[in-house]
Amino acid sequence: MAAVEIPRDEQAFLEYVQAGGQVETTDWLPDDYRAKLIKFIEMHGNSELMGVLPEREWILRAPTLQRKLALTAKVQDEVGHAQLIYRVVEDLGKPREQCLADLVDGKAKFHNVFHYPTKTWGDVGVIAWLVDAAAIISQKALLKCSYAPYARIMKKICWEESFHILHGRDVILAMVTGTPEQFELVQEAVNRWWGPLMQFHGNPIPPDEDPMYLWRIKSQGNGEARQQFLDGYVPQIWELGLTVPDPKLRKRDDGEWEFSEPDWDELKHVVTGHGPKTEERLALRRRFLEQEQWVRDAVLAA
Amino acid sequence: MGAGRGPRSVNELPVWEVFRKEKRGSAFEHAGSVVAPDADFAEAWAREQYGRRGESVALWLVPRDAIRDVEDWADEFGLKYRRVDGYSIKARLKEARERAGTAGPG
Repeated sequence: MAAVEIPRDEQAFLEYVQAGGQVETTDWLPDDYRAKLIKFIEMHGNSELMGVLPEREWILRAPTLQRKLALTAKVQDEVGHAQLIYRVVEDLGKPREQCLADLVDGKAKFHNVFHYPTKTWGDVGVIAWLVDAAAIISQKALLKCSYAPYARIMKKICWEESFHILHGRDVILAMVTGTPEQFELVQEAVNRWWGPLMQFHGNPIPPDEDPMYLWRIKSQGNGEARQQFLDGYVPQIWELGLTVPDPKLRKRDDGEWEFSEPDWDELKHVVTGHGPKTEERLALRRRFLEQEQWVRDAVLAA
Repeated sequence: MGAGRGPRSVNELPVWEVFRKEKRGSAFEHAGSVVAPDADFAEAWAREQYGRRGESVALWLVPRDAIRDVEDWADEFGLKYRRVDGYSIKARLKEARERAGTAGPG
């Protein structure tokens, strides 16, 4: 059978991916598509790399040896995801060194939730449970990505993330079945993280105006992802006797969730590098990049 | 790092394609790639990224340059008769059944 011809003009290419077509690294790619892919995938890689820092801060303070080991494993997984994802970006034409340099120089973005502090062990549980849940919804929408190499690594990433969510639920369940103080730690953490969680999937722009959807880099719009998150996780929050700090939150008879408008100004402010922990965490990355230069040198000398 | 010998930046290191076998008896499938200066480093990183959780029973590491890519499938002679899509029997089968006065097989 003759191989599928990847169209070599932008409009035909767009129609091809919109009909569910996938492309490989070696295919002809429109410049705009390549640029959008790099931007999107690089931000994903940055988020994995920066996303370990809020949890890393708790490895030494985790309550038991088992929790320390699990947290360490999770951090190791997320850094591994960053490695896989940067590899995809490299093949698209942006070197990893450049990605890292742009990140520590504050020129590149990463997800809003990783700009916030982790105040208590309750926050660690909420991150592993709800932040990872929100992330897995975005990542599952990438399994059908028009750029096949990215879709393929997402399969592995989603598989590992499912362990992280379970780990998070286990941490949460241990606390909600513990002392009233422990329960309160979880409730306070949910209250702190709810705003950022509702902002996580981004502005509710219609999918047809979202370039990432138009090129079928992701397969669903932001609003739809948020609805999926609410539908999957609000019932899980409520069943534990926890509350969600939004008086307007309710599920309508037609199945759609209503909620207070998330703070889009805060989202914009935070992801442009003005979050409460942005500077501190970037400084840490910068320091490690310098400190570990000898490893890269040693590899090159091998 | 000798000047003029080998790659001088990690961006110039060779790419190794990684294939993994999920269980005994299954086929190797392309998993992804790693960047490494030699086969030993490539193995170390591939083990870490594609085998840490016991998700693979075997890995193949192949330098990307060693792969011969075949993607063009010319069909100048229209060899459709070698494939199932080369045969359309629906109309003739209908005609044959009508002639025989049968509704279908059996």
